Amino acid sequence: MLDAAILGAVLASVVAAATTLLLASLGELVAERAGTLNLGVEGMMIVGAAVGYATAYSTGSLLLGTLAAILAGVALSLVFAGLAVWLATNQVASGLATTILGLGLAGLIGSGFVGTRIDAAPALRVPGLTDLPVVGPVLFGQDAFVYASILLLIAVAYGLARTRAGLVLRAVGENHAAAHALGHPVRRIRTLAVMFGGACAGLAGAHLSLAYTPFWASDMTAGRGWIALALVVFSAWRPLWLLAGAYLFGAVSILQLHVQGFGLGIPSQLLSSLPYLATIAALVVISALKRGQGAPASLGVPFVPDR
Amino acid sequence: MPLKFERQENVSALRLAAAPLLALVFTLVVGAIMFVALGHDPIRAFSIYFIEPLGDVYTLQELVVKACPLLIIGVGLAFCYRANRWNIGAEGQYVAGAVLGSGLALATQGTEAGPWVLPAMLVLGALGGALWGLIPAFLRVRFGASEILTSLMLVYVAQLGLDYLVRGPWRDPAGFNFPQSVTFDPVAVMPLLMEEGRLHAGIIIALVAVAVATFVLGRTLTGFSIELAGTAPRAAAFAGFDEKRVTYGVFAVSGALAGLAGIIEVAGPIGNLQPSISPGYGFTAIIAAMLGRLHPVGILVASLVLALTYIGGEAAQISMRLPFDVTRVFQGTLLIAILAADVLVRYRIRRVEGTSHA
Amino acid sequence: MRKILSLAVAVTAGLALAGIGQASAQEKLKAAWVYIGPVGDFGWTYQHDQGRKAVEAAFGDKVETTYVESVPEGPDAERVIEQLARAGNKIIFTTSFGYMEPTLKVAKRHPKVFFEHATGYKRDKNLATYNAKFHEGRYVLGQIAAKMSKTGTIGYIASFPIPEVISGINSLMLGAQSVNPDMKIKVVWVNSWFDPAKEADAGKALIDQGADVISQHTDSPAAMQAAEARGVKAFGQASDMITFGPKAQLTSIVDNWGPYYVERVKAAMDGTWKPTDTWAGMKDGEVVMAPYTNMPDDVKAMAQATQAKITSGELNPFKGPIYNQKGELVVKEGEVLADKDILSMNWYVKGIDDKVPGQ
Repeated sequence: MLDAAILGAVLASVVAAATTLLLASLGELVAERAGTLNLGVEGMMIVGAAVGYATAYSTGSLLLGTLAAILAGVALSLVFAGLAVWLATNQVASGLATTILGLGLAGLIGSGFVGTRIDAAPALRVPGLTDLPVVGPVLFGQDAFVYASILLLIAVAYGLARTRAGLVLRAVGENHAAAHALGHPVRRIRTLAVMFGGACAGLAGAHLSLAYTPFWASDMTAGRGWIALALVVFSAWRPLWLLAGAYLFGAVSILQLHVQGFGLGIPSQLLSSLPYLATIAALVVISALKRGQGAPASLGVPFVPDR
Repeated sequence: MPLKFERQENVSALRLAAAPLLALVFTLVVGAIMFVALGHDPIRAFSIYFIEPLGDVYTLQELVVKACPLLIIGVGLAFCYRANRWNIGAEGQYVAGAVLGSGLALATQGTEAGPWVLPAMLVLGALGGALWGLIPAFLRVRFGASEILTSLMLVYVAQLGLDYLVRGPWRDPAGFNFPQSVTFDPVAVMPLLMEEGRLHAGIIIALVAVAVATFVLGRTLTGFSIELAGTAPRAAAFAGFDEKRVTYGVFAVSGALAGLAGIIEVAGPIGNLQPSISPGYGFTAIIAAMLGRLHPVGILVASLVLALTYIGGEAAQISMRLPFDVTRVFQGTLLIAILAADVLVRYRIRRVEGTSHA
Repeated sequence: MRKILSLAVAVTAGLALAGIGQASAQEKLKAAWVYIGPVGDFGWTYQHDQGRKAVEAAFGDKVETTYVESVPEGPDAERVIEQLARAGNKIIFTTSFGYMEPTLKVAKRHPKVFFEHATGYKRDKNLATYNAKFHEGRYVLGQIAAKMSKTGTIGYIASFPIPEVISGINSLMLGAQSVNPDMKIKVVWVNSWFDPAKEADAGKALIDQGADVISQHTDSPAAMQAAEARGVKAFGQASDMITFGPKAQLTSIVDNWGPYYVERVKAAMDGTWKPTDTWAGMKDGEVVMAPYTNMPDDVKAMAQATQAKITSGELNPFKGPIYNQKGELVVKEGEVLADKDILSMNWYVKGIDDKVPGQ
């Protein structure tokens, strides 16, 4: 039922769909490896989408829009960091509060831009390469966000595993008391990790409002921030598993639409629930195979120096 | 950073009581700036948010009706969170309970079934929620799969399952093929407590849940084992408490209460089964549980405060044409302020001489 | 701490005083709307809000309008409608099917307030219903699609399997078959009214499967943009989406609630309001076709002719003979399907190679 051209196009859609999730969850992964559970991802994403679109529309520059989206994500992440890291409030509640605030701010910021449009971020075109069957559109026909997400992934994977900064960050997430005793500034490191998470969430929002569906509408993230959070857990806090998880989720979401197009008569609610069921199934398999590789030990535990 | 937080072990009751006031003052200041910036009279806005909803019997009832599901779910979540089990899928358990309970209402529809229907529905609702909650518990115990993820994913599955039922087999045959079930028979509906308004018997169940949970969590060995499993899992193991039993137990309780909230809501204010039966109660209840410091009485207060912000927000839209987004910003600010104030009254911030690692 | 406490007391007292002075007598008629989504959705809710603005424009300071947006169906709806009734609104429009039961309940408690529920079927002494014959527009879309498609396949992004959506699919297919009996349609259900990224994905999936004209019954312009990017044609929904698909949009079915709202608010003012059941279409200006673009002149002429015939009542999309998927004759030659059968439609016409979900 699928020839090479269609297969290429389908796979390219899968990659594009996975990119929003990958960007947002990559940032959250870093924040969580440092020990902070940030449930504000959805809020930071939507603020990034709103500010990114508003800036790009007003200035005509996608680059400025993207930068503004990143800054907006960082700004909101500082609210969360102020609470959860510096005041040591409950992280779950602080994150949810941040999301509510973000949804509201994004709506206010975006209200003047309803019904307008911008040109989508251009996709790469390399004569010859982009026209290759299947791999062409998948590897050489994507927009800058897709390539950025892969570069970020490599940087995060390398940084966490191979650099001193990554080692310190992980140490802070595993045992903040010990890291503190060794003289590492726990709260400063966590703040930086949360800011990185905010930047990535903002970038993910910009991917939605500047490239994927280049317009602004309220609530346009439609819960993708929560999926991003789930993917971090799914990945067992490992960047490469995160890549697999995001692409798996993207693939199932896209393929269920194709299965419907074939008119097989399977209840669409069942098909719509497949990405979630598949995520659970994959997690169960991974967990059963790799027992004991769980969350950073200090995840979600507020750090208070003199405790 | 030359600042240091000193946790104070004996915080006076006055200081603790001051936390919400401090939060309110902060929110009022931030809110005032926002309202003025948007061209609205801040005094009027505050009065609509916080004072008017408390002004008459009808809105007071509505406050309780809105808080009721948050309270029931929040109390259940306290069991999980105290044990350090992260059930964030209460929304799905709420739906599962509503579905199983409604199944009986629909099966007995139009029959001579007596007043046993409603109690049986409540039991089935609790059972449905508990079973749905036990899935993540089982996956965690058996495979080590993170319950945060599985419970959240199961929310979407439950919602789609409900969607399938009300659009397919459970659709009202006389309903022009629209997605909703028949309106429940009177024996399957929560009794109202007052002649006018929507205050229903669910609140009594909620208050009983608060009382029982306060007792169990605070005064019994079970409560102690939950607390210990959460704060010191190794000590709990030494003390002979079975970790698996705790996991199953807290998920069953929180699932059952969420399911109970679901069937109460469907058999109460809604009156039939439809595709959307919750405006996110399962998620808002997480905030209620956290704001209430995982104490049932605290959750009671937090649920009422949250309900007030929703009702006040609607009133502000109606009387001042403030967009919904303003309400969300205001709500977010209030929550952030409460969280921060709660800490600030418990700690004394001191400048520290010399350098110190933050 | 004492200072903070006394400040709080002072502020609270101030608030209470301010609250008392608010009620001032007004002779304006108060009208209110309850919306399912944000007014910024550029779809269903956005268009209802345009209707509300039309009321403001028509009556100026004789009317005072309010709205509550993003009200979830379920337990919250009844409270919001009740609050609106208590706030002194004389006429209240509730604009989503799921508000039917709550509207009915509140209407019984406030016999002097006029209620209007969109897309439902339950009425009362002070509760009217209204809807638009969107399927009239879909028939024109079907004809255009059959002329414009090279692959012979129309892609259809559907939200939820409710009668309004099913009848839209059928009407589009009947229009298409009137031009080319062999037209095919592929339907994808996204189980959402509003999820831009998912709508875009659905559009791309349909295009990948060979559809070269995309029709949607979801609210965002995402699928239109996807069609524009892939170089295929598409129809907009709810609003004119030409900005989002300058080369892709053939036309758009625009929901135009303004005339109805103005008429009903006027009736409420005059005291002539009746609990009617209004199902208006092209004739009444409620279903409006955006300009026909990106098509040859002969196709445009055909579309305009069909639109004129539907407007005059000469043509009814559900005029027999109509067969269902099993090949049974449902509407006999010369007869038209009754309104109640269109409003409760749960079957596909012959030629649709798929199953109605849940059947």
